[in-house]
Amino acid sequence: MSNKVIMLGNEAFARGAYEAGVKVSAAYPGTPSTEISENLVKYEGVYAEWSPNEKVAMEVAIGASVSGVRALASMKHVGVNVAADPLYSVSYAGVNGGLVIVAADDPGLYSSQNEQDSRMVARAANIPVIEPSDSGEAKEFIKFAYELSEKYDTPVMVRSTTRLSHSQGLVEVEDRVEVEDRIYERTPGKNVLMPGNAKLRHIVVEERNKKLAEDGAEFFINRVEYNDRKVGIITSGIPYQYVKEVMPEASILKLGLVNPLPRTLIEEFAKNVERLYIVEELEPVIEEQVKSWGIKAIGKEIFTIQGEYSANLLRKALAGQELAIAEKAEVPNRPPILCPGCPHRSVYSVMKKLKLHASGDIGCYTLGAVPPLSVVDTTVCMGASISMLHGMEKAKGKEYVKNWVAVIGDSTFMHTGINSLINMVYNKATGTVVILDNRTTGMTGHQDHAATGKTLAGEATHEIDIAGVCKAIGVSHVFEVNSFDVTALEETLKRETSREEISVIIAKAPCALLSKEPVKAQYTVKWDLCKKCGSCLKPGCPAITKTADGTVQINDTMCNGCGLCETQCKFGAIVKVEL
Amino acid sequence: MTKNIMIVGVGGQGTLLTSRILGKLMLHVGYDVKISEVHGMAQRGGSVVTFVRYGKQVAEPIVEEGQADVLIAFEQLEALRYAHFLRKDGILIVNDEKIDPMPVVIGAATYPKHIIEDLEKTYNVLKVNALEEAKKLGNPRVFNNIVLGIAAKHMDIAYEDWMTVISDTVPPKTIEVNKKAFDIGFHMHE
Repeated sequence: MSNKVIMLGNEAFARGAYEAGVKVSAAYPGTPSTEISENLVKYEGVYAEWSPNEKVAMEVAIGASVSGVRALASMKHVGVNVAADPLYSVSYAGVNGGLVIVAADDPGLYSSQNEQDSRMVARAANIPVIEPSDSGEAKEFIKFAYELSEKYDTPVMVRSTTRLSHSQGLVEVEDRVEVEDRIYERTPGKNVLMPGNAKLRHIVVEERNKKLAEDGAEFFINRVEYNDRKVGIITSGIPYQYVKEVMPEASILKLGLVNPLPRTLIEEFAKNVERLYIVEELEPVIEEQVKSWGIKAIGKEIFTIQGEYSANLLRKALAGQELAIAEKAEVPNRPPILCPGCPHRSVYSVMKKLKLHASGDIGCYTLGAVPPLSVVDTTVCMGASISMLHGMEKAKGKEYVKNWVAVIGDSTFMHTGINSLINMVYNKATGTVVILDNRTTGMTGHQDHAATGKTLAGEATHEIDIAGVCKAIGVSHVFEVNSFDVTALEETLKRETSREEISVIIAKAPCALLSKEPVKAQYTVKWDLCKKCGSCLKPGCPAITKTADGTVQINDTMCNGCGLCETQCKFGAIVKVEL
Repeated sequence: MTKNIMIVGVGGQGTLLTSRILGKLMLHVGYDVKISEVHGMAQRGGSVVTFVRYGKQVAEPIVEEGQADVLIAFEQLEALRYAHFLRKDGILIVNDEKIDPMPVVIGAATYPKHIIEDLEKTYNVLKVNALEEAKKLGNPRVFNNIVLGIAAKHMDIAYEDWMTVISDTVPPKTIEVNKKAFDIGFHMHE
């Protein structure tokens, strides 16, 4: 019987880590990397956790490696920035047990705030990067990454992209290799990175890089496919698939090791083809190096740095061909929105009424930036809402921030929001921080965190009390309010934003998608009472729509029964229906 | 020859679930298969698209414009948005449901009228009110198997293979109703 199964790229990464004998995994959820941990935790013999942020996750994995076991840290591309501090330095320390970081980039920004290329980070940190191009390779290559890590005494980055992480393909499943723990020996010259030691380690790192670049020519993950030698294409990762689709007759050098580049292999390939192209999504990482060696190649002159590639894109750029495609229809956009019954909508509807500006953060609640709510003014990165509000107050004074609030989710608050709140207290700030506590990490698909009382493995654990944390830091004015109690919210927001001290308002209500129970009540419109004023439409619930005659209707397949619309109607035209 | 299937709809409508049945099916009949999904922010009520490609050997995991053999649209506006992905002789299956996107809800855009009639001018359209049909069977959740039944007619995979995979995929208690749903779809446009 065949052991072939169909797996998401992220499931395959988890499978590969399991088969490689990984014993410890740590991560913070982030699209497109989340499913790696969610799958890895299901395997026996693997400890997998959600850490509060990527820096912590990275350090947990480093600790496990130092102790002598194979360890994994996985994160989205911007998570790599959070983990950058330990990452850059562990490059000097090297490993004991194999240490792999899966970094999942997001070309096309399906669910991210930028389009950065993790290969650039790895180059700066001097760590090798391996790039698979489908689920099967995702599993195989991560196993090879562990061998490489231990052989060359280096952390290894396995780079994914959204298209790889979230595509399913066939994977040949094998047994787990039970790797014996490596012996721990005290080696401060390697593991204590103080200047005297690190100086010497830097030399080791440079030598390691050189050796990898030389040996890389022999790694099975790099593959030359000679066909017609008129055209040669150097590529890696998912773009390889697009190249195969468009130019099956071309010669291809498919790189599995994209840092350091296997120079001799590339030089030889370049010699053997007439016209050389380099096809890589995002930054010209391979291209710039290859060109710096005096090799003539065509890359970003004809391929974009932005967004995701496709076969059609390559077809156009390489051959100037365009397929005959039916005319694209003009249709209204359908941007993502807060779900029906979302507690964030309720909180934002009150902020909008009070004409407050919100310094925003990363999560579902970023969607408070778009019409009709339009409350969120800024979103930069995890935890920035609170620190940016603080910066505004220091720049413009106490009066200025009275019509501002910071909004941050519970999971994001645990991630890096806490540090920012500590800073506010320490530096005598004023301002109102609203923690939108929906009891989960919402946008990434409901992951637990330090304040939900459950671990990644689903075990009960101590539930960190967010209000207690805020008080312990030194915030005197901490209030917990039900997110759907718009009267209490309005009163609390008015009072606290005018106060010249720090306040934290914790708006609490579970995510509408969290409950597995069927909806107990819904709302409906009494047509004869509807005055067509449109008040109920202001919060932008997708379940409520205007009909041709100007009255509204509530879609009973969408309504989650939150009741926010009822509070908006002055005429009693929206009523509850128990189910 | 690689076959290209697309499933489009609104985040939350169950497009992912449908594509997973297709993945299992292709594995069952011994094809190479790649499926591309959308997770994260777009799933929150946004426009979502899933690509399924199967054949002897599949390279890229996405379906390109002008290449889809079958386009399954769970919602009318999304059918219109992605119709140009179909190849000339492709089949467009449209579920007769309308969900207003936010620009329409707030009055910044209008929901196009006569979508199905307009699509019929250019494409081979098979219309279905899958939710109504599913409700008739007493279980609205089986609506995606009705849609799959319609698609199955255009996918060269044996009826029995579909039945085996559906039985293996859905909760045991709902096997019969799901098979029935598929059967209704399969014979709907004969």
